[in-house]
Amino acid sequence: MNLTRKDILGLQEMSSEEILLILNRAADMKEILSRDIKKVPTLRGKSVVTMFFENSTRTRMSFEMAAKILSADVSGFAASTSSVQKGESLKDTILTLDAMKPDVFVIRHSASGAAQFTASLTGAHVINAGDGAHEHPTQALLDMLTIIEHKGGIEGLTVAIVGDIAHSRVARSNIWGLMKLGATVRIVGPETLLPAEIRQLPVEVHTDLRSGIRGCDVVNVLRIQLERQEAGLFPSLREYAQRFGVNSNVLREAQPDVLVMHPGPMNRGVEIAPDVADGEFSVVTEQVTNGVAVRMALLYLLLGGSPDAASN
Amino acid sequence: MRLRIEGGQMIDPASGTSRAGDLLLDDGVIAWIGERLPEAEARGVDRVFDASGLVVAPGLMDMHVHLREPGHEYKETIETGGRAAAAGGFTAVVPMPNTLPATDNRATVEFVARRARETSPVRVYPAVAATRGNENTEMSEIADAKDAGAVAVTDDAFPLQSAEMTRRVMEYCRTFDLPLLTHCEDKALTKRGVMNEGITSTVMGLQGMPKAAEDLQVARNIELAEMTGCRLHIQHISSERAIELVRQAKARGVAVTCETCPQYFCLTDEDVRGYNTLAKCNPPLRTKADQDAVKAGLADGTIDAIATDHAPHAVNEKECEFQTAAFGMTGLETALGLVLTHLVDAGILSLGEAIGKMSTAPARILNLPGGRLEAGAPADITIFDPAAEWVVDPAKMRSRSRNTAFAGWELTGRAVATLVRGEIVYEDSARHSAQESAHGGKDRK
Repeated sequence: MNLTRKDILGLQEMSSEEILLILNRAADMKEILSRDIKKVPTLRGKSVVTMFFENSTRTRMSFEMAAKILSADVSGFAASTSSVQKGESLKDTILTLDAMKPDVFVIRHSASGAAQFTASLTGAHVINAGDGAHEHPTQALLDMLTIIEHKGGIEGLTVAIVGDIAHSRVARSNIWGLMKLGATVRIVGPETLLPAEIRQLPVEVHTDLRSGIRGCDVVNVLRIQLERQEAGLFPSLREYAQRFGVNSNVLREAQPDVLVMHPGPMNRGVEIAPDVADGEFSVVTEQVTNGVAVRMALLYLLLGGSPDAASN
Repeated sequence: MRLRIEGGQMIDPASGTSRAGDLLLDDGVIAWIGERLPEAEARGVDRVFDASGLVVAPGLMDMHVHLREPGHEYKETIETGGRAAAAGGFTAVVPMPNTLPATDNRATVEFVARRARETSPVRVYPAVAATRGNENTEMSEIADAKDAGAVAVTDDAFPLQSAEMTRRVMEYCRTFDLPLLTHCEDKALTKRGVMNEGITSTVMGLQGMPKAAEDLQVARNIELAEMTGCRLHIQHISSERAIELVRQAKARGVAVTCETCPQYFCLTDEDVRGYNTLAKCNPPLRTKADQDAVKAGLADGTIDAIATDHAPHAVNEKECEFQTAAFGMTGLETALGLVLTHLVDAGILSLGEAIGKMSTAPARILNLPGGRLEAGAPADITIFDPAAEWVVDPAKMRSRSRNTAFAGWELTGRAVATLVRGEIVYEDSARHSAQESAHGGKDRK
């Protein structure tokens, strides 16, 4: 089976077969990362444009590394250095870059739907590197790859996603991906950080951290942003840390072999206690490595690399 | 100009009658109405309009449009909006004052009225902003604006947030016998919101606008109208609970009326899926339950009027990120077809009730002439074919903007001719040429 879609906009629209295809390919790609010479010629002559309209270090670096290892040419910009500063519309920016004939656009944007909008304007492939509070599919894919590496699969696991669900594209992509692969998904946070009518989705909703984590195989901790406190969604970082911060005490409620994940960057002492962030259950650095593998797999599958090329 | 409209089905919602017959228009008024125009009366007729198979109705009145002049002429002008109105079967429109500068005093109201006289084929009755510059801090010179031609006061697009200011505006409106048209929205609850709050906004990751934002202000404004005795009209009602609040208020005798728009009985927040910016409007498209409540409110009379909230925007204001896109959609050229197809053919309203909500009711609420088919009434007439099947094509629209959410919709029923002051200001071109040749032959006999 091959990936036949033009764009990777989100996991909501993907089948479990497609997700597994990507994850299997990512596992192959990971082998390349362990080599002494981290370069294969697979995507030689292909060009990738990264458009980061929102600050990002790890995701942008991860895409660039992935493309370069596969020998694609990478160009890109961050919004602060682009014509966006001069008031150019997103449409004009995309049409201008599209005229330079790239093969893939990677876009990160603060507006939900920006990746889909981009895809509607170009015949090139579009990979969503995070659009507003909508989806961040490559993050969820790397999260799932990490879980599979440790647990052997997704089906039957219970995964808790803790924190600011309302504003989180990571949460949404994880919900879709994990559900499609047969996990039970729990959403944990105060009502102010839960999106409207979330209970209409087939997820378990917990507003108590202890009960939310109880018996979980995986705890995925979301970054809490100070601006949410300023918006009046919780009274203080202190109280948030006390009630919803994942520490080693509350983690005892989970399975003894629980995995602790975080999409980064972490606020140690707020949503995650320092000893948990760096503790025996934490797999946050593995997530970063898997991020490169997953993005290599997506570029490879979208650009139709031949089945053997990657292993040569 | 003496014009005879012959053999149409004449529907007069004001008297609740529907009959086949003739209509004679002379000197800007309806001179004669009845079964068969007597030969004596028929002399000196300049034109005979064969309306057989067509409905002849009092001119449709859209009490909620945005004509964008002055200030945003790249979206629409009084001329282009007026042409769109005529093509949609409307003989009169009420433009909202969120212009630049705001239509908030005698000078701007007079400007709108003058531009309408100079350029618009349909009547234009301006509404004046409740507060200067729509800034919600100082009341506008409402009495002066009334003298200049303003027919209503409104906070549309800039809803009054202070209950105190709302109270004073209502008292002042009562003093000068003007209705207050209110856009009901608690802005603190809709901050950064771009669509209805619910499972669809959650899945799309878009900031929601809860229904409570509308309901709270509907409730507050009803309370204040009851307290002040102001004639309150709720604009573009969209939520189930808000409609129930109006229903209860009417039952206890409060002077409150309300309107809805075709988008609220034709679309839901599901239509926003795919980040469809053409379906972004304010109030936002709600849920199926709200849509059902709008239909029920129309059927039981809780919702008095149907307006369009015609909100033209340039292409670049819609072809962009959803959260950046402008709120609103055009409506003048689709409203009649949507009402006939989705309310009348769907069995929710009778033809007479539907026409009444688009003519008689707005005229009554705004205390304007029109909305009646009877001798002596203004010769503002809408003639439409209730059976004409057509497909909404933005490229064919008269409006300067094409931001309709209904492109490609198959509708039944559309305007054939629109007459203002006895003059034909719009006529379906295909039909016009057919009639010319038919009547050419007749006259020679």
